[in-house]
Amino acid sequence: MADWPILSLTTFLPSIGALLILLVRGEEQAVARNAKAIALATSLLTFIVSLGILVKFDPSSAGFQLVEEHSWIPALGIQYLRGIDGVSVWFVLASTFLTPICVLASWDSIDKRVKQFMMSLLLLETMLVGMFTALDFILFYIFFEGVLLPMFLMIGVWGGPGRIYAAYKFFIYTFIGSVLMLLAIVAMYLQVGTMDMRVMLDHTFDPSMQKILWLAFFAAFAVKTPMWPFHTWLPFAHVEAPTAGSVMLAGVMLKMGGYGLIRANLQMLPIGSATYTTLVFVMSVVAIIYTSLVALAQTDMKKMIAYSSVAHMGYVSMGIFSANAQGLDGAMFQMLSHTVVSAALFLCIGVVYNRLHTREIARYGGMAHNMPKYAVVFMLFMLASVGLPGTSGFVGEFLSMLGAYEANTWVGLFASTGLVFGAAYMLLLYRKLFYGKLEKPDVIAMPDLNGKEIIYFAPLIAIVIMMGVYPKSFSGVYAASLDHILTHHREALAAEGLTPPVANPASSFIPAANAETISAHPATSETPGTEHAVEPSNPETPSAETPAEAPHGEPKADANPDAGH
Amino acid sequence: MAVIAAIFLPLLASFIAGFFGRRIGDRGSQLVTCAAMLVALGLSIHLFVDVAINGHAQVVTLANWVASGAFHVDWALRVDTLTAVMLIVVNGVSTMVHIYSVGYMSHDPDKPRFMSYLSLFTFMMLMLVTADNLLQMFFGWEGVGVASYLLINFWFEKKSANDASMKAFLVNRVGDFGFALGIFSIFIIFGSVEFSAIFPAAASKAHATFNFLGWHVSALDCACLLLFVGAMGKSAQLGLHTWLPDAMEGPTPVSALIHAATMVTAGVFMLARMSPVFEYAPTALAVVTVLGALTAFVAATIGMTQFDIKRVIAYSTMSQLGYMFFAIGVSAYQAAVFHLMTHAFFKALLFLGAGSVIHAMSGEQDMRKMGGIWKLIPYTWVMMWIGNLALAGIGIPGVYGFAGFYSKDIILEAAYASGTGVGHFAYWLGIAAAFMTAFYSWRLLFMTFHGKPRASKDVMDHVHESPVVMTGPLTVLAVGALLAGIVGYNAFVGHEARPEFWRGAIQVLHAHDSIHAAHEGPHWVGFLPLVVGLVGIGLAYVCYILVPSMPATFTKIVKPLHVLVFNKYFFDQIYTALFVKPAMLLGFGLWKAGDGAIIDGLGPDGVAKTTRGVAAGVSRLQSGYVYHYAFAMVIGVVALVGWFYFKP
Repeated sequence: MADWPILSLTTFLPSIGALLILLVRGEEQAVARNAKAIALATSLLTFIVSLGILVKFDPSSAGFQLVEEHSWIPALGIQYLRGIDGVSVWFVLASTFLTPICVLASWDSIDKRVKQFMMSLLLLETMLVGMFTALDFILFYIFFEGVLLPMFLMIGVWGGPGRIYAAYKFFIYTFIGSVLMLLAIVAMYLQVGTMDMRVMLDHTFDPSMQKILWLAFFAAFAVKTPMWPFHTWLPFAHVEAPTAGSVMLAGVMLKMGGYGLIRANLQMLPIGSATYTTLVFVMSVVAIIYTSLVALAQTDMKKMIAYSSVAHMGYVSMGIFSANAQGLDGAMFQMLSHTVVSAALFLCIGVVYNRLHTREIARYGGMAHNMPKYAVVFMLFMLASVGLPGTSGFVGEFLSMLGAYEANTWVGLFASTGLVFGAAYMLLLYRKLFYGKLEKPDVIAMPDLNGKEIIYFAPLIAIVIMMGVYPKSFSGVYAASLDHILTHHREALAAEGLTPPVANPASSFIPAANAETISAHPATSETPGTEHAVEPSNPETPSAETPAEAPHGEPKADANPDAGH
Repeated sequence: MAVIAAIFLPLLASFIAGFFGRRIGDRGSQLVTCAAMLVALGLSIHLFVDVAINGHAQVVTLANWVASGAFHVDWALRVDTLTAVMLIVVNGVSTMVHIYSVGYMSHDPDKPRFMSYLSLFTFMMLMLVTADNLLQMFFGWEGVGVASYLLINFWFEKKSANDASMKAFLVNRVGDFGFALGIFSIFIIFGSVEFSAIFPAAASKAHATFNFLGWHVSALDCACLLLFVGAMGKSAQLGLHTWLPDAMEGPTPVSALIHAATMVTAGVFMLARMSPVFEYAPTALAVVTVLGALTAFVAATIGMTQFDIKRVIAYSTMSQLGYMFFAIGVSAYQAAVFHLMTHAFFKALLFLGAGSVIHAMSGEQDMRKMGGIWKLIPYTWVMMWIGNLALAGIGIPGVYGFAGFYSKDIILEAAYASGTGVGHFAYWLGIAAAFMTAFYSWRLLFMTFHGKPRASKDVMDHVHESPVVMTGPLTVLAVGALLAGIVGYNAFVGHEARPEFWRGAIQVLHAHDSIHAAHEGPHWVGFLPLVVGLVGIGLAYVCYILVPSMPATFTKIVKPLHVLVFNKYFFDQIYTALFVKPAMLLGFGLWKAGDGAIIDGLGPDGVAKTTRGVAAGVSRLQSGYVYHYAFAMVIGVVALVGWFYFKP
């Protein structure tokens, strides 16, 4: 077991499941039932296998782990090369975790071509896992594009009335972006002579070339993330996609953009990143404010959540290019939190959509009366989306805003307005759905959450709380990798005489020689679970803490920070 | 362990009542939550004795919370004198409100949910006051915001409750926006958000500058002002106060607990907690003073004109919070916390008393439809008198006074004694507010209890005294209103006992020590509030008992002014026109014009359209007629030959 190629196993297990489903024959209903059963079993098995990745992964090491290396097309320097580091490991888990949930969520809601739908879902999982674990750029590109196909089908075949427009818009938009990326990959290959991403990470590209390459990658990932103004495909895709499609799209596919921004743009092209930081900041801040305002005006609940996704991903891009510890940590955490929260919110919408078959917010109202369990679940995810401390949404949002504020106070200020705007539309949505009088007969007739729904909401709730209360359980896995990335980034910039953006360098706050003359509050020990007495500052001995002792002789005899004289 | 139990018991109770309310029933959830609160109260008293009297301040670290680079924050509970006072206030009032609610909500079908929310709120408030760092304070801060949102919206069928709860949450979020930026600034300046790291370093940063939006400003002033924006939101200071009166949509016990005694004082607590930093931020302190004084004054003017009994008390709360803030502005933090404590008792008393009145009047809140009921509900009437005497700060100097007599006076004295311009400004506005406070308090008493009954006969027939489960908590709070001032005075703000009591939990620069100066100020400064208070009561007596036609005549004379004040200075209307409507319009416009016309129009849809157009054009060329192709070929040949011929 120890030497099993666990990454490949996780990647291709779902494909095997899909093949099995292909072989299912017989009467239509039986086919549907068997296809669902196989899909659920395969996805669960894949999830269990993927837990093995987490077990084997060593969080203290920053490099790539569980590497699988096989020669593939030696003439072109292309290998079958797989591996993970802290940045990618959670995304693999996110893919394998959400897939069984999607199978469950589609159990009753998909009633045509069930077999094909389940195959698409499993293939999508293969592509996603493959993409996050690829270390060869061609492999990366294949999986990156491969994701498009099952998703295109899911929107185009099982989507709503406007599915054709939405599917094509989604496909062409993202495809154009990734073609530019392919050009960049080829250009980099011509420089380095291999498609091995590890080599490219260590290679320093020519600064002027970096700027062009950066833009090419950025085009691909900005569309995928999506960043304003390349976001207009997302609301359409979400609105038309079936619930499972929305969950995978918001939960994992958008993170491909964030992952790419970290892996290719920030890590491989530090000079490019430094050059275009302002551009990213502007786009992110506009995204946060603009899409929050647009979300306010929506009457379709899925569109509202879709726009909120754009705003939340704005924090991610902003955090990444703040290029400091808090910003990058925040971006990473925000991505993970958004994975869970947006997936959960789309599942929540799926719950009522399955019952009433409309996403029109005005068609609902007063559901807190007849669906109390649902109201509680929705409330929790609403609060997480709003970024309430104690839920997962807070940590990422707060850290990325802090990171941005450190880099540039304007950016931090504008991004923080999201605290208000983000709350506004979510509260509005919640209010229109759940509060007020319960009047409409078809809404009254809706039953509360059923067992299956509770089963897939329960782990999501647990994760949201866990991430909010003890974020280290998640951030501990990638801390070393991010630290390594930042160090590398700073070194690369320093070699060119550049520095990451900083509004207020720490050095400007260590001015006075009297810094150590104040010791009113000795630092308390941080051993968990023990009680310590805080030594109260003693008002009888002011001399020890009077800055008047400071050598520069400034008359500050009044500066005794104690009352009672 | 006592700390952990005192804080987490309410959470546990909230959890049980919330999720198993249906299983354990109404009675069960009331029992669980009230019992948990009683135990927590007992533990808080124990802690108060241990910490404030015996001097055993402590910090309990529970677990790591957020760690990112240099940013490191733990879940930790800090109990020093300031926290111990707040524990008594929060758990004390909360316990009383829990018990009172058993009676008040007896006709409501959702009792477990109500009790659960109350306990959840208490937990969040306790987390706020025991925070050992700014982030955890933010946790409690936002947590009480959510609990307040849920409780204001408790009767969620009412549209007005929906509106009020959303408004409360969003206006508070505007404040939190400032708070968050303040935390960011503190982290950048100090490299930490933990109090044990910030406070000792504050003096060394006194002259540091900070690049805020391109301006180089005093670092600590900048950070403190941003924190103050947070405090303004939570504590309903002028500008971010509009949510508080509307929050009265919630059940009355909620108003007593959250919107009078505890949550709204969180801003005061935060500033008092941050005293070691604020002391080095003179500009911030001046701003706090001015805004606090203006709030005290403006809220009092509005309070004189309102007719909803709860709204009058709400504006009175806002006004009293203004007092606490300008006390902080003149570095009289201890006086502010003292007033916070006394105010919690008498204002909770007033609200619960008002609840008892409303309960008796079959839900009526308009004072114009009350009057003449004091004989019918004598116990409530006495309680309301005590509450108002405490609020107006009545007493006999040197002998005895109601709670507010001590705490309000020391604030005003300190403001005067601070000797600064803003201090004097605050003093005189405070005196004016004190006059108005006494006036509207007795206006409330006279209109509600005295004079001729104005309610319908049906209502009057049903007027009844509240059950013991409601009057009991009133009694306990009344004892607080009677004794909190005289008992606490020495320890909180007294001449000698003060340092012993606070033990460095609040730090004041010697030169700023306005409470010290207050004890040596001129005597008239301390007498004046009492005098204007008595005059205010007298005037109310004249206006509402002797010559009941006078208020109407008077308002006619100053009509424009009355319109302005009666409509609360049109803050709501201005904000709606300035922010709410434009935001919705902008959202709609950005969606249709920005996303639709510009981005899609010029981007994907535009490109698609152009492509289709070009393709259609090109396809028309392929007509299938040979002579068309021949003609095109000739043109091509001519063009090619011409090109080579004329090529330079």
